[in-house]
Amino acid sequence: MSEHLLSIVLFTPLAGMFVLLLLPSSNRKLIRVWANIAAFAGFLVSLPLVFRFDRSAEGFQMVEKAPWIPALGAHYYLGIDGISLLLVMLTTVTGFIAILSSWSAIDRYEKQYYAMFLLQQTGMIGVFLSLDFLLFYVFWEIVLVPMYFIIGVWGGPRKLYAAIKFFLYTLAGSVLMLLGILTLYFQHHAQYGVYTFEIDALMQTAMPLHLERWVFWAFFIGFAIKVPMFPFHTWLPDAHTEAPTAGSVILAAVLLKMGTYGFLRFSLPLLPKAAIDPWIVHVMVGLSIVAIIYGALVCLMQDDWKKLVAYSSVSHLGFCTLGIFSLTPNGLAGSVIQQINHGISTGMLFLIVGVVYERRHTRLIREYGGLAHVMPNYAFVFAFAMLSSAGLPLLNGFIGEFTILQGAFEANRVWAAFAVTGIILGASYLLWLYQRTMLGRINNPKNLKLPDLNLREWAVFAPLLVWALWIGVYPKPYFEILEKPVAQLVERVRPGYFEAQAAKAPLEAAQAMESRMEAGIR
Amino acid sequence: MNFLDAIWLIPLFPLFGAVLMFLIGRRLDPQPERSPEALEPELAEAMGEDAGQEHGHHPRFAPTRRLISWICPGTVLVSLLFSIGAVVQLAGLAEKAHQVILYTWLAGLPFHMGDGAVGRFAADLGFLLDPLSGVMILVVTFVGFFIHVYSIGYMGHETGYYRFFGYLNLFVFFMLTLVLANNYALLFVGWEGVGLCSYLLIGFYFHRKSASDAGIKAFVVNRIGDAAFILGIFMIFALTGTVRFLDVNQALHGLSAETAGFGVLSLTALLLFVGATGKSAQIPLYVWLPDAMEGPTPVSALIHAATMVTAGVYMVARSNALYSLAPETMAVVATIGALTAIFAASIAFAQNDIKRVLAYSTVSQLGYMFLAAGVGAYWVAIFHLFTHAFFKALLFLGSGSVIHAMGGEQDMRKMGGLKDKIPTTFWTMAVASLAIAGIPGFAGFFSKDEILWQAWSSPYGSKALWAVGTVTALMTAFYMWRLMYMTFWGECRADEHTKAHIHESPPVMTVPLTVLAAGSVLAGWLGVPKAWAFLPGSFHAFEHWLEPVWVAAAHEAGQGAHEAALEWALMGLSVLLAVAGILIARYLYVQRPELPDRIAEASGPLYPALLNKWYVDEIYNFLFVDGLAKGGGRVLGRFDQAIVDGGVNGAGWMTRFASAVSGWWDTWIVDGTVRLIAFAVKMISYPVRFLQTGFVQQYAAVILAGMAVALGYYLIK
Repeated sequence: MSEHLLSIVLFTPLAGMFVLLLLPSSNRKLIRVWANIAAFAGFLVSLPLVFRFDRSAEGFQMVEKAPWIPALGAHYYLGIDGISLLLVMLTTVTGFIAILSSWSAIDRYEKQYYAMFLLQQTGMIGVFLSLDFLLFYVFWEIVLVPMYFIIGVWGGPRKLYAAIKFFLYTLAGSVLMLLGILTLYFQHHAQYGVYTFEIDALMQTAMPLHLERWVFWAFFIGFAIKVPMFPFHTWLPDAHTEAPTAGSVILAAVLLKMGTYGFLRFSLPLLPKAAIDPWIVHVMVGLSIVAIIYGALVCLMQDDWKKLVAYSSVSHLGFCTLGIFSLTPNGLAGSVIQQINHGISTGMLFLIVGVVYERRHTRLIREYGGLAHVMPNYAFVFAFAMLSSAGLPLLNGFIGEFTILQGAFEANRVWAAFAVTGIILGASYLLWLYQRTMLGRINNPKNLKLPDLNLREWAVFAPLLVWALWIGVYPKPYFEILEKPVAQLVERVRPGYFEAQAAKAPLEAAQAMESRMEAGIR
Repeated sequence: MNFLDAIWLIPLFPLFGAVLMFLIGRRLDPQPERSPEALEPELAEAMGEDAGQEHGHHPRFAPTRRLISWICPGTVLVSLLFSIGAVVQLAGLAEKAHQVILYTWLAGLPFHMGDGAVGRFAADLGFLLDPLSGVMILVVTFVGFFIHVYSIGYMGHETGYYRFFGYLNLFVFFMLTLVLANNYALLFVGWEGVGLCSYLLIGFYFHRKSASDAGIKAFVVNRIGDAAFILGIFMIFALTGTVRFLDVNQALHGLSAETAGFGVLSLTALLLFVGATGKSAQIPLYVWLPDAMEGPTPVSALIHAATMVTAGVYMVARSNALYSLAPETMAVVATIGALTAIFAASIAFAQNDIKRVLAYSTVSQLGYMFLAAGVGAYWVAIFHLFTHAFFKALLFLGSGSVIHAMGGEQDMRKMGGLKDKIPTTFWTMAVASLAIAGIPGFAGFFSKDEILWQAWSSPYGSKALWAVGTVTALMTAFYMWRLMYMTFWGECRADEHTKAHIHESPPVMTVPLTVLAAGSVLAGWLGVPKAWAFLPGSFHAFEHWLEPVWVAAAHEAGQGAHEAALEWALMGLSVLLAVAGILIARYLYVQRPELPDRIAEASGPLYPALLNKWYVDEIYNFLFVDGLAKGGGRVLGRFDQAIVDGGVNGAGWMTRFASAVSGWWDTWIVDGTVRLIAFAVKMISYPVRFLQTGFVQQYAAVILAGMAVALGYYLIK
């Protein structure tokens, strides 16, 4: 049993979905209760991962491997390392929270809705667990389908436009990614005479730099659209705005991380020469910094609450990709932590919009104002989420941003100097949003009688509040979980990084820095 | 009891109070379902409700509210007692530094330092008690405690009482974390945390847009400084591989100062100082502090005068090892300090809001502290921070008492003649005003005089810095006594209703005033001028107490030669100027009260410029808020919609267009050809169709006809 832990984690939501399909759609309450049970079970079965995970072990753990399509050399091949562990936990936790938050928000086709959600859970977990590129690709595409329906059926007024845009845009990216995968696949066969999609086998493939570059860009299109990186981000505001609250939560918290995860799991280790190629690094970092500043500035002109949060995602994900392409241990570790943080903070921010949307059915910022007078608990939770998102120390966001910025600073201090403006702008648009919605006097009679958070809504927020505080106050376990996989990545891309040089006297250090500073970069 | 090992508890007591308020505050202090200020007046009118005045509205409060008045000041009192215990025990140590490390908070991964060596990106949750942090925790908890007590009276009639005390406790927690942290990263935690509390408390009356605007301004402007501060911390990591103060000092020890030019050390020090200009309201980031007066007055006293705004000075003093290696940055610090001092004092000339005068005065006094730090006289900077904490907190609390008496009025033009009506407030404020003006015997005299002397005599100092400081001393005496004379002397200019209600504040407010007044005198006697050789050594205790904190080289460099005669002369001059300032104010505002208006009229554009704070807010708003942020956001937002998303939609449109074209092609050309051929065949076959009708009779008839024709042919032939 225990040697199939990953399979159990992977298929629990799917099993829940099949049971759900057997329930009568007329009994709405039963369907809701069961969906929550299944999602919570999904979380419970993932908990042992944390306890059984060996932080000091190199490589993948709890590996499962079985032939899948022998003719193609594809395997059912699962495994977990620190990076995927954290993302799987993020998926199971936010998945449960998203389902719980849908309780009263979804009032039609409940059965289909929850079935889609559970299917999606399995798809996302599969993405993070697959060690076979074809298996990964299958899960990657599976995820598109339920999200397409969640937006397209249960979404807002422009749901069809948003759903189709989301589907086609990301599909277009993944087709190019598939080309990259196949290139690797055939290259490997040319060198070793074996057809395989296993990542560790593909890592052995030696490719000339120019080919690595091509494959890198193919992967890039797939992953960058998913993240989304500037300028591939415009599907995101539409999808987020039109999706039902829980859909936005999952979209922000987990789906986007599939893109960053792709860079970490495939682009860097499979294409180490391309990943360190100065031209590629500069483009990637440049796009990340543009995303940070651009996303934040665009937030300042939004009049739609949800769209603002969506653009803030662009800015935050810019930090994540900056961390990755700083190619430093702290940049990478900070990036993964920030991916978790973004799931928590932005997840909360979307839930917060959802709370008032359910009460008022509008997302326009100007429709609100002075809500803190009538909903003090809600105002507190919002303030907490805002501060976590703005990177206030002792909350989660700070740990991620600070670590990423340190990594970027190590790589090139000009990058850090540009990126650090993101924390100024981040505070600006969030505080301004808070002022326009929560503070001031109530000027709209419709807001006079809004009820404060109920018990279920507290239950939705409470785990995220605790998690945000935990990462902020005691982030050590997260760094410990990430230390080995990140070191492996850095060693793969920049061999010899960790070989300690004899520490020089500080004076020499100052002079060394001086000369580097004059040299400009690196 | 070993207080030294318990220093980590000192910040935790107020945190406990804050958490308690967030958890059960609303039970102890039940809030009206909707406070009267919650509604927009038009809306309230439409609903037939009382629009609610901000003052004069006295709702009934639950008796459990008293518990809050005990708990929250109580936690700070416990911190104060623990601080006293710890500092006393510290004095008994041979090595005047005690570190308590709880755990590795930021447990980051290895990184390459500037020289390529591998360091680790890590920071403790750890606390350091040394003479410097000892002074700071005493100031914070002592002044903090009395301001808490004062707030019991001042906030007694307000709704949101529990919230106020919760924020205030939270602030004390972060402030103590800031000054007790043993490393830069944890200092930054406190640094941002006090910024948050400042935001929350400035915006305490959050129904007022001006209040929440001011809160945002404070937070965002501080964030600009913080961004630079973060980069400075990374520089320290890259240079020394650690951020622990003691280890950083160790690593910097033995380096020679960067005299050759502006190098890495100077850059590091400058980045930290940019952080300090944000928190401590120096040019160019001072603009948030005057607006911060939107907060309740005790907040202005605690956060925006006595403690938080001095964090930048503390941080620079804490980094003295670094600054002493960066003379160019020191010069920047001293210059910015001096400029801010005189610039803010000039604005204070023309302000009519009693709290705004004090706000600019705070900016100006903070400038003095940076002037001292910039000339290498770190102990003097801390000394002025110490004395300033008493007299400026007292001035704010006193102004609060005045405002309280005047029913919320803050405009000094509507005050006057309050001297006898609120005597305790008057006498205590007078003490503070004498102190800030630099009248001998009062605390401010000692610290300010030492700053001026150091500016003159330190190797980092100059006559120009001294001159700016001395002129500012004259200006300070003038604007402070302008405030005093406008408020307490002359005729009362309030309306009759207000006049009738003028009353002295209750003891819960006046006792803190008295205590702080005592501090405003006594605090200075810990650091009397060197020239006062007739006094025993204990009158120089402050300097000796802080000595272990300074890196030796810096300390001696900042000393300068003490020439008694010169010192006496300069001292005499500054006292003369202080008295002159007071007398000018008396002449203008008591003896010839019509003169100021005539001077203002005669001054041309100068007076409006002063009144409007040199239009700096307008310029910043135009350039940065409306221009860069909002304007940039609008432009980029349009760009995003039109170009970036336009590209995506365009691609979608192109696809649809292409599919329409190919659909047309398919229907009309490809399929058209097919159908054309079919049509042609059909057309061609049309005549033939008449032949093949399937009617046997017809066939028979044709056959018959054919046969007839054939037969006929042969017959004719």
